[in-house]
Amino acid sequence: MAKVAEKEKVQMVDIFIMDKHYQVPEGLTIQAALEYCGYNLIRSVGCRSGFCGACATIYCFKNDPQLRYALACQKAVEPDMYLTQIPFFPTAEALYNVEDLEPKEGENKLVELYPIILTCFGCNNCTKSCPQDLEVMEFMSAAIRGDYEKVYEKSFDCLMCGLCAARCPQGLQPYVMAMAGRRLRGAYLAPKSQHNLDRVKEIEEGRFDAEMEKLKQMPTDELREL
Amino acid sequence: MPYPASMEESKRKVEETRPKRLEKGLLSRIPAEEREALVNKFHPDYKKEQFRELRIGPSKGSRAPLEIADLLEGNSRIDPDRIDLDKVDFDVDVLVVGCGGAGGASALLAEENGANVLISSKLRLGDANTIGAQAGTQACDRPNDSPAIHYLDAMGGGHYVNVPELVEALVKDSPDVIKWLESLGVNWDKEPDNSYHELSGGGASRRRLHSCKDYTGLEEMRVIRDEIRQRNLHGKKVDWVEFEPAIELIMDDKGQVAGAILMDLETRRMTIVRAKAVVIAAGGMGRTHIQGFPTTNHYGATADGLVLAYRVGCPLVHMDTMQYHPTGAAFPPQILGFLVTEKVRTLGAEIVNGDGEQFVHPLEARDTEASAEIRECKERGKGVNTPTGEVGLWLDSPMIDILRGQGTVARELPAMVRQFGRFNIDMAKEPVLVYPTLHYQNGGIVIKADASTPVPGLFAAGECEGGVHGRNRLIGNSTLDLFVFGRRAGRAAAQWAKEVKLGKLTLDHVRKWQREIKEAGLEEMPVSPMLLPNYANQDRPVPGFQPLGQVSPYTPFGDRAIRWI
Ligand SMILES: Cc1cc2nc3c(=O)[nH]c(=O)nc-3n(C[C@H](O)[C@H](O)[C@H](O)COP(=O)(O)OP(=O)(O)OC[C@H]3O[C@@H](n4cnc5c(N)ncnc54)[C@H](O)[C@@H]3O)c2cc1C
Ligand code: SF4
Ligand code: SF4
Ligand code: FES
Repeated sequence: MAKVAEKEKVQMVDIFIMDKHYQVPEGLTIQAALEYCGYNLIRSVGCRSGFCGACATIYCFKNDPQLRYALACQKAVEPDMYLTQIPFFPTAEALYNVEDLEPKEGENKLVELYPIILTCFGCNNCTKSCPQDLEVMEFMSAAIRGDYEKVYEKSFDCLMCGLCAARCPQGLQPYVMAMAGRRLRGAYLAPKSQHNLDRVKEIEEGRFDAEMEKLKQMPTDELREL
Repeated sequence: MPYPASMEESKRKVEETRPKRLEKGLLSRIPAEEREALVNKFHPDYKKEQFRELRIGPSKGSRAPLEIADLLEGNSRIDPDRIDLDKVDFDVDVLVVGCGGAGGASALLAEENGANVLISSKLRLGDANTIGAQAGTQACDRPNDSPAIHYLDAMGGGHYVNVPELVEALVKDSPDVIKWLESLGVNWDKEPDNSYHELSGGGASRRRLHSCKDYTGLEEMRVIRDEIRQRNLHGKKVDWVEFEPAIELIMDDKGQVAGAILMDLETRRMTIVRAKAVVIAAGGMGRTHIQGFPTTNHYGATADGLVLAYRVGCPLVHMDTMQYHPTGAAFPPQILGFLVTEKVRTLGAEIVNGDGEQFVHPLEARDTEASAEIRECKERGKGVNTPTGEVGLWLDSPMIDILRGQGTVARELPAMVRQFGRFNIDMAKEPVLVYPTLHYQNGGIVIKADASTPVPGLFAAGECEGGVHGRNRLIGNSTLDLFVFGRRAGRAAAQWAKEVKLGKLTLDHVRKWQREIKEAGLEEMPVSPMLLPNYANQDRPVPGFQPLGQVSPYTPFGDRAIRWI
């Protein structure tokens, strides 16, 4: 590996973690910056790569009170960031059986499960707070309309980080509702794939057993030939 | 302009050679004989000085990477003489250690089969390697495919040392796993004719990779997790504790596994679980940073499952082989080692060197692909250097939209686009820099087809077990493995719990282990399981204060120029 000619000088930036001042090297993610400051993280960390939503973070800047939202593992620190993490957000899930989720004609299952979503007044705070840039309000209104397909599409990339719920003035929990919506769609509205059902049946009937037995006994040399 | 000037020139070469490469097509695959030689010379598994023989325990004499050997030979975190096993906090049929896909599936199936289940989770439920899986899950359900073809692919990928019974279980259960997940509400991608949208993957001779965009593991995991929560809300007998990892197994005086000691990571309080059966589903080892590699793994991937099983006398298999994913991000430094899903290559992108030249077929088996990359950089000096001292090769992602139509990248790879987009790199228009990263533990705990281990009462499923994939796992066979063996483990553990009569609980195995350590002169080894890496900057600690995790020489952001300075 070729050596880099000269080590670039590291710039330090000022950040404030829960109001306490630290200096950290430029370029660190918020998560790594916390570790750089000496925290051995237990909460607020999971996949470390933007897939689990454990590291939800709210921040603003010293001279700009506008709140902003990020995943700590995905966002580099910026000068004068004031930040805190939201490692857990309380939610209450409605009770359902996936077997009973199949929606009948003219029935809005999501409103039935979560009647409180009808109180959404379209303020769009949720959308503004989503670190995945999802159109949260859109899937809320889709749910109210009973448009399950849209709920699935618009909420699919949700990491269930909780930030939208933290900011909703009506106390709604969009991501909890959307979970039920996606399960409903996956289990009932998505078209069935017949080739899979056929294959499951063939395997149950033992169609491939003799062939598999033969392969399992076969010496490696012969397997390589196949 | 997201790439520094020093990398721009090389990037331009990639753009220049692209039309010719597209016209010419991919390089042909490396013949079998050359493949062995390449892997032998360049794959990290073949660096002899990075391995040693285990000096104690049930797999004494077999080889393991230094980092794993240290943990396996480690001392217990507990003093058995100071623990009162009569004060039981939970008395259950089945204890599941870990809640990724394998643990979640075990818990569901154990509950369905009549067991009272407790899950011990080190982080939150589902904060696991499973949630990061992007590309998909293999299942041989197309008409032109069959369990036999899937079997041959898996055996070939694993260098034919896989355990045949385990591979048989893997492939025969595969279509049903897809069906089961769909019945729980997983949204698989589908074609206009309603068949599953299936791509081919490295080492697979048929299209059988089922996906949920590039958030496959996230979709699988959140559905499993939601189902666990729903069953609990309905009063069914499945419960969990979060941030309470298992730190040692408990046995009974008949030599059966009989529960575990858990520790709350925040309060350090101990919980004693008596269980008639224990399923270990604690996942992989990426956060041990073998040979200093960055990793794709989640924060809790610290090989705990191996350590717990090893201490109660369970042998391990193929521990001398790890999977290095050919495409970990090499730039920008903030995401060093992050996974760039293989799907990018299955969709048509190829890997080229700093001069924009082809050097390997993009869909070789992972060990071969990674070895070819290491050769290209280390031996041929054709890599691209980054300003922070990393080296990498170009993954030419813009080829995808050219081959498959505008918008394919955006539609098929939203997670990837978002990841790079956060650092102002548009992968639909610009190539991304990659290098091998520590990804997966091929071997692990010895199991039979019903996921039982040689130790009575102990079961294992998912990445922590071994034998299924031989010496190299193929893409999409792991998220399959964890549901196949997770479900089997849940069923078998529930059945075992119905039949077993537990004796008196004991920690004599820990005492015995500590004697063995003493006799072998290994008292200086660190304690294990590791639980979490400790990336905290160790500058000026209070002298004598014991940190929770072991201090890691690895730092999380990978920028060598600014590594803890
Ligand atoms: C980024 C990424 C992408 C991947 N992509 C794919 C793919 O496309 N296709 C594919 O087939 N495979 C893929 N894999 C591999 C696959 O996802 C994993 O091998 C698989 O999910 C492992 O599942 P598991 O349930 O065995 O372990 P995990 O999902 O890792 O779950 C283990 C759980 O146990 C917990 N745990 C650990 N120690 C303890 C303890 N002492 N006590 C209690 N709990 C503990 C962990 O914190 C974790 O929650 C990918 C892996 C990664 C990391
Ligand atoms: S924040 Fe709440 S009320 Fe406002 S749009 Fe979103 S869900 Fe509706
Ligand atoms: S929709 Fe809500 S929970 Fe989901 S990622 Fe966006 S902010 Fe987080
Ligand atoms: S740690 Fe998982 S999203 Fe940040």
